Amino acid sequence: MSPNQTPPLSLDLAADVRELLQFPFMVHALEAATLVAVLAATVGWFMVLRRQTFAGHTLSVMAVPGAAGAALAGASTALGFYVACGAAALAMGGTRRQVTSRHIGESAIIGTVQAVGLAAGFLFLSLSHQVLTELETLLFGTFLGVSSSQVLVLLGVAAAALCALIAIGRPLLFSTFDPELARARGLPVRALDVAFLLILALAVAATSQITGALLVFALLVAPPATAQLLTGRTLAGLALSVALALVIAWLGLAAAYFSVYPAGFYTTTFAFAAYALARIARAMASRLRGR
Amino acid sequence: MFAQDFVRNAYLAGTPIALACGLVGWFVVLRGQVFAGDALSHVAFVGAIAAAVFGLDERLGLFALTLLVAIGIAALGRRAGDADDAAIGTVFAWVLGLGVLLLALLATSASGGSGVTVANTLFGSIFSLSAGSARVAALVALAVVAALAAIVRPLLLATLDADIAVVRGVPVRVLGAVFLALLAATTAETTQAVGALLLLGLIAAPAGASHQLTARPYWGLALSAAIALGAMWAGLAISYVVPDLPPSSAIVGFAAAAFAAAAIWRRLLDDYINQRHLKR
Repeated sequence: MSPNQTPPLSLDLAADVRELLQFPFMVHALEAATLVAVLAATVGWFMVLRRQTFAGHTLSVMAVPGAAGAALAGASTALGFYVACGAAALAMGGTRRQVTSRHIGESAIIGTVQAVGLAAGFLFLSLSHQVLTELETLLFGTFLGVSSSQVLVLLGVAAAALCALIAIGRPLLFSTFDPELARARGLPVRALDVAFLLILALAVAATSQITGALLVFALLVAPPATAQLLTGRTLAGLALSVALALVIAWLGLAAAYFSVYPAGFYTTTFAFAAYALARIARAMASRLRGR
Repeated sequence: MFAQDFVRNAYLAGTPIALACGLVGWFVVLRGQVFAGDALSHVAFVGAIAAAVFGLDERLGLFALTLLVAIGIAALGRRAGDADDAAIGTVFAWVLGLGVLLLALLATSASGGSGVTVANTLFGSIFSLSAGSARVAALVALAVVAALAAIVRPLLLATLDADIAVVRGVPVRVLGAVFLALLAATTAETTQAVGALLLLGLIAAPAGASHQLTARPYWGLALSAAIALGAMWAGLAISYVVPDLPPSSAIVGFAAAAFAAAAIWRRLLDDYINQRHLKR
């Protein structure tokens, strides 16, 4: 398939799906996107609830030092992602305790961790004289290069992260809603905090390999934020978030396949549209109720 | 070192930019808006790419788009002028998605050279500023500082106690929007020096260090500006001496080191005070 030639899109849905699934690279991409959407939407639901969006974004840009460091050290890119994200999660979780006696410090710490990570990444890049086209792929993703072994690794990571999240889910919810009470009941609030950051790091590192580091939010923030606009219930919200993320990821890949523009553009646009519609629906509902 | 033109230009632009980042950053940290600054910095990147696609001056794209998004964030928000994190995150993810589209357009357009534009915008290129653009950058940064000085008293009141400010007749919402606009101008400006991905370090780290060391507003502002300035000067100097070290990385490194040192100093001081209380 040459870049200037888009496959034919017909009105027959079954034929379109058959067309979509005829190449192995597309099947791998869809498998990876499915795994990543479930993982990101679930972990993201907790992240949005805990108001840790900024921390999530900081973890996502750790892809830059991760990949650049891996290139410099001769390790695999995926390994670099996981190591850099984990290190940043520990840095944020560990230093928070030092400073949070003054509430002001927290967002400054996250911002500084992010800047230091990126500065290190830039240093690695300039030391290894890497070609910068790879940087674009890193930041904005590509779904064309997903191999079947990558899908297997993603499956393992997603399963591990989701199991860990299920294991700490109830106490984590409790400590999110009322940290004081949770502490009084003897829950290890601080350990839960660090554990969640590490799970978030896993989810972000996995997701950014598909969507690109800068576009993780299309699956990590927008679907959970939309779900939380629409329902306050835990299980319904999680289910809605996952469903939205799946639809966004699949539609985004399909749209990219049938046109010349990148998948990242479509996924973020669909994600933003869902969020905007939910906000409008909510505003209209509250106005109707007011009358 | 100062015999070189490009070094003089870098210091000419870097000095007022560091001052603006330190001063604006102090308020950003106090108001808990670091994430908004982060979003604006990424938006700045898209603005530069958009300018490249449409063949406009880079600065036009930077300022237009960051100001637009700053107004959007202010409009989405509540009284204090800040939207919630999830809303900011969703909006800026979409703007970045538009950036990807623009990158694809840029790659297929005849002008080419997208790799260099992308790298310069993301990571800055302070040593390649021309004398003219260094002068413009310095003037814009000084204007930001002057504007901040003009609103500093009502902004302090609105930040520390919004209720009293409202009672006193301070236009809290408008001030919040004006401040976000100043933050947008600072990010657009700083993108040219340290790059869209690294400017957060110059906004958050010196201010974070200053908040560790003093709670007094004017001391804090001065200290934050001084740390940002020190990081800028030291970073430029060391990356001139060590060519492999990019200036942006060095500047952010010094700023972060100052934050770490301030946090450690604060902790030691707190421990010392606690022990003296115990002895009594």
